Amino acid sequence: MNKEKIEIKSLNIWFGKKHVITDVNMKIKPNAVTAVMGPSGCGKTTLIKAINRLNELIKISRTTGKIFIDKENVYGKEIDIFELRRQVGMVFQKPNPFPKSIYENVAFGPKLHKVANGKELDEIVEKSLKGAALWDEVKDRINDDAFSLSGGQQQRLCIARALAVEPNIILMDEPCSALDPAATAEIETLIRELRQRYTVIVVTHNLQQAARISDFTAFMYVGKLVEYGDTKSLFEKPENELVEQYITGKFG
Amino acid sequence: MAGENIKNIAIKRKKRRIGEWIIEKLLFGTAVISVFTTLAILGVLLFEAVGFFGEVSIIDFFTGTQWTPLFKDQQFGILPLIGGTLLVTAIAIGVAIPIGLGSAVFLSEYAPNRIRKTIKPILEILAGIPTVVYGYFALTFVSPILQTIFPELIVFNALSAGLVMGIMIIPMVASLSEDAMMAVPQSFRDGAYALGARKHEVSLGIVIPSALSGIIASFVLAISRAVGETMIVSIAAGSTPRLTLNPLESIQTMTGYISQISLGEVPFGSLEYKTIFSVGLTLFLMTLVINIIGQWIAKRFWRRY
Amino acid sequence: MDCKTLLEKILKLAKNRQAKRRDIWRKIKGDIILVLCLTGIIITLASLAAILFDALQEGLPWLDIQFLTSFASRRPEQAGIFVAFFGSIWVVALTAFISFPLGVGAALYLEEYAPQNHLTSFIRLNISNLAGVPSIVYGILGLALFVDALSFGRSVLSGALTLSLLILPVIIIVSQEAIRSVPRADREGAYALGATRWQVTRDIVVPQAFPGMLTGAILALSRAIGEAAPMIAIAALVYIPFTPSGPLDRFTVLPIQIFNWVNQPQSEFRGLAAAGILVLLAVLLSINSLAIFIRNRYQKRGR
Repeated sequence: MNKEKIEIKSLNIWFGKKHVITDVNMKIKPNAVTAVMGPSGCGKTTLIKAINRLNELIKISRTTGKIFIDKENVYGKEIDIFELRRQVGMVFQKPNPFPKSIYENVAFGPKLHKVANGKELDEIVEKSLKGAALWDEVKDRINDDAFSLSGGQQQRLCIARALAVEPNIILMDEPCSALDPAATAEIETLIRELRQRYTVIVVTHNLQQAARISDFTAFMYVGKLVEYGDTKSLFEKPENELVEQYITGKFG
Repeated sequence: MAGENIKNIAIKRKKRRIGEWIIEKLLFGTAVISVFTTLAILGVLLFEAVGFFGEVSIIDFFTGTQWTPLFKDQQFGILPLIGGTLLVTAIAIGVAIPIGLGSAVFLSEYAPNRIRKTIKPILEILAGIPTVVYGYFALTFVSPILQTIFPELIVFNALSAGLVMGIMIIPMVASLSEDAMMAVPQSFRDGAYALGARKHEVSLGIVIPSALSGIIASFVLAISRAVGETMIVSIAAGSTPRLTLNPLESIQTMTGYISQISLGEVPFGSLEYKTIFSVGLTLFLMTLVINIIGQWIAKRFWRRY
Repeated sequence: MDCKTLLEKILKLAKNRQAKRRDIWRKIKGDIILVLCLTGIIITLASLAAILFDALQEGLPWLDIQFLTSFASRRPEQAGIFVAFFGSIWVVALTAFISFPLGVGAALYLEEYAPQNHLTSFIRLNISNLAGVPSIVYGILGLALFVDALSFGRSVLSGALTLSLLILPVIIIVSQEAIRSVPRADREGAYALGATRWQVTRDIVVPQAFPGMLTGAILALSRAIGEAAPMIAIAALVYIPFTPSGPLDRFTVLPIQIFNWVNQPQSEFRGLAAAGILVLLAVLLSINSLAIFIRNRYQKRGR
């Protein structure tokens, strides 16, 4: 399968007067994990938020360029932005479960889109929690408050929540940075599994993590895409000098 | 999922768009009511006041020293009412500012946490007492006590009303000033202590200047509140419009006059009815100017920490 | 010891004494200031005590069942607070119905929907200015607009509309604070799932902000119950021998009744006024306790 899932073409983003993403072009493969890396403030989060158009929550943001998902430009005029966001799931840096029960968290998405209720909803919740490798741990306390879970469990809950609306792309913004090493390992295992069914894009500033979990890596610097390719070759023989310096720890 | 494409995102669901639009417009409507209120206040006041000034000259109104709209010989000089308002207000803030600020300094700089936690709710209670109750207190408790000090004092006088109004305003000054002082970072105080300053020197020399914006804002708010207060003066200050600096005499404030006239059910549209609006307009403009000055002063002294 | 060292010693002693005196003076200044501040607090607390004591002393003798169930009367022994009490209940209930949805709606618009433009800034400025307008001006507005122009007459409806306009800025400001306290991350998570703005507002923001909004509204309403000035302008001071049976009926409220009795020359009415004050304070105490109870109960549920 050589078709691209996502194609980013001439993407430019401004926050007010600040030019935060400059002329990014990128093709992302389906059913793979793509890591987006770079030093703080290089625009990684802004880049992935452009895919589900979440940047538009910031009032002073302006975006030009095109992003095609399965050949459909998500910045087109007639695009239903809410349907787009349903199909492009997102997990955030700090786990952000809603102050509701575990069940209600996962059920929130399907309820929004009026997908199901009653028994069907229960099945969706179970399936999603299984997909996030959380079902066994919570099946007996599914009506407990989401905040009674540990950090790693909360993050898996957020993943389950995203899975419940059956997306085909999952964006992850530094999903492990607020977690301890054990929880991080849980999430990384999950990411490797998710690749089979979804297209996953993970922002990370952790080199080793990128090397562990991703098939492709994109390297950003001050809003520009500096290098992009197969993870193994990028790490062993980077073409760009900046990338090489970052990898060898000269800055970061 | 595997091999599936993204679908259906190119058609905006019309029903959803319309629903969202309706809700947004409804909510916008509720927000706009505030603008409507201001316009209504201005409109109502100006409309009737213009009618009033058709019959009474503006110059006479603002420079006359006799206010007798209910007597046979009708005079419409508002200065006695303004004078009464200012006299009572001056007494009130003369009481409220030192006591309020002193209380705030005590709560913020001296009091241990437990005492602070007990006193703050008491301040809230004081702030929540309706002004009729204060008016009653002024008439039945304060006036008699004052009469033992000043035997020539009449029951209705500016001093009782002013003192009690001051008490009513203390919680406002104390709370707001205390909030402003608590917001001053502890590091400022520590720096001063490290230089060998004593507690009162830190409070007066460091904390109060740093919190000045909030403190002044509280003073101005207090003045505005005092000018607009009605019940205490209606009950205790008297209903004799009189231009005087003597707090032992009966006077009438702008608010006192408006409430007096409203009680009597004057016929709608009469000249006496219209005085409600000319005095009301003057009162509204006065408090508006005070509030704007307050906001401007607070902004000038504001420092971000 | 020669003259020079003796002189030096005397000078040193004098300087030390001066420094000590300055130090003592500094300390005294500090103590004086502490005493002044303490006096301030004591005067404040004493005033509250005096007010309560005065009301209790004068009012308790008059507070009995007959007082609570009688109509107003020219004869003090027969006068009661029944009509005023129910008038207050009617007016405040109607005010709550009108002002709470309007206030919450405006706050939601300003926090979740409003774009950053001149109109929005103007609306915000307006609201904070309205919060500082004297309550009697609202009374004048209500008189001219609701009683006269819209011909609702001196009715419960006019009173409730006037009070609603009066407390609306307060409800809006308090609701805005409650809405702001909802974390941004929760909204973002919901948007990322494809929620529309109204869905985020309804399912995420409102449930979390609601306790704060409710508490704030209840406190605003408790202020409204005690307002006499605007109600006097609307209802005037006429003898009302019945409790309202509909929103268009004439009415009177507790503060007006108290005001009426305070102004009577006979000394018995003083006691009646005090009794009325006790009833009013009791009502306020209950309402405020309700608000505090709600606030505490929902704060426990928090993170």
